[in-house]
Amino acid sequence: MSKENFIPIHKLCKLYQVEMSFFSNLNEIGLIQITTIEQSHYVHQDKINDIEKIIRIHRDLDLNIEGIDIVFNLLQKIDDLENEMITMKNRLRFYEN
Amino acid sequence: MAFIDYYKILGIAKSASAADIKKAYRKLARKYHPDLNPSDKEAERKFKEINEANEVLSNPENRKKYDAHGKDWQHAAEFQKANQQQRQYQGGGQQSPFGDFGGGDYSDFFESMFGGRASSRGRTGGGVKFRGQDLNAELHLNLRDVYKTDKRTLTINGKNIRLTIPAGVKNGQVIKIKGHGGEGVNGGPKGDLNITFSIENNTKFKLDGDNLHTTVDLDFYKAILGGEITIDTFDGKVKLKIAPETQNGTKVKLKGKGFPVYKKEGSYGDLYITYQIKMPKNLTEKEKQLFTELAKLRPS
Repeated sequence: MSKENFIPIHKLCKLYQVEMSFFSNLNEIGLIQITTIEQSHYVHQDKINDIEKIIRIHRDLDLNIEGIDIVFNLLQKIDDLENEMITMKNRLRFYEN
Repeated sequence: MAFIDYYKILGIAKSASAADIKKAYRKLARKYHPDLNPSDKEAERKFKEINEANEVLSNPENRKKYDAHGKDWQHAAEFQKANQQQRQYQGGGQQSPFGDFGGGDYSDFFESMFGGRASSRGRTGGGVKFRGQDLNAELHLNLRDVYKTDKRTLTINGKNIRLTIPAGVKNGQVIKIKGHGGEGVNGGPKGDLNITFSIENNTKFKLDGDNLHTTVDLDFYKAILGGEITIDTFDGKVKLKIAPETQNGTKVKLKGKGFPVYKKEGSYGDLYITYQIKMPKNLTEKEKQLFTELAKLRPS
């Protein structure tokens, strides 16, 4: 498997000053997916936004991993509802005009 | 530059303990954190205030200075010297790793008193690369503008960005342009630019998903006897055969004559036409006589 587009977790631990176990816990709960390539652990670069958000929430709000998981699920629901609302608003315009 | 009452912002008394401050900060941060309130500018502004208040009050030295001289901010220059010494001690150059809502963007009051960020959390490291902040913009277009894929040059924050607007993009839809957001920290990658499309429909067509709807006036005689009419579709005129005895409100579907399907080149929704039959007005005596005769043929 190519390492292209993957970031080694040990580098992220250093960058964000978090323990490796933090990423393992995120992986266990399904918030990120750790990929093992040649016995090293990586995450896909597309997940960096989520990882930074997780660390912000963890530090700023003092939430544990389970709490962050709940927040992420609720944010996803909000996102889905907002998209649904946009579709509904567009449909409503159809009947209003 | 006005005095800022940090105690009021956190909703605590001047005598609040460090634990009270932490508790009040956490409670408000949970409410207004930008990650929990995406696209809410007011929440972002409040979070900055709360964060600034916490930066000052959670640091015993800053709190002491604030309590002693806060209201007398005009004498804040006296602190500059002490502040410089403090920053040398801390190693300087601190910056938020996670965009600016964690720290930067302090009030003038804070800047004058504490000379910029004086983080007590110590969560940053020198020379670490971080991704820049995401930027949001709104693009106003007409429905006709998004009927065909179009290229436009937008000027955002003084920079020209060549943007491809895919046909069929919907009102309220957000398109992310990678790498066109805020600058990264310490050479980190740029953030993204999120463009929200605001699309006004000033055509006679109504859009429902990818389908278009319109009403066409139909001459009474053509409705009765049948014939041919020419109608406007979104991309030009088409000829339609009218079946004899077409009823008012009849709907016909023109397959593939609707709106383009987003990111599915060559794929279109349908056009629904509702016939509105126009009755003749100002009948002549002859016409009235003929209609009377016709009516007699169909006794009710």
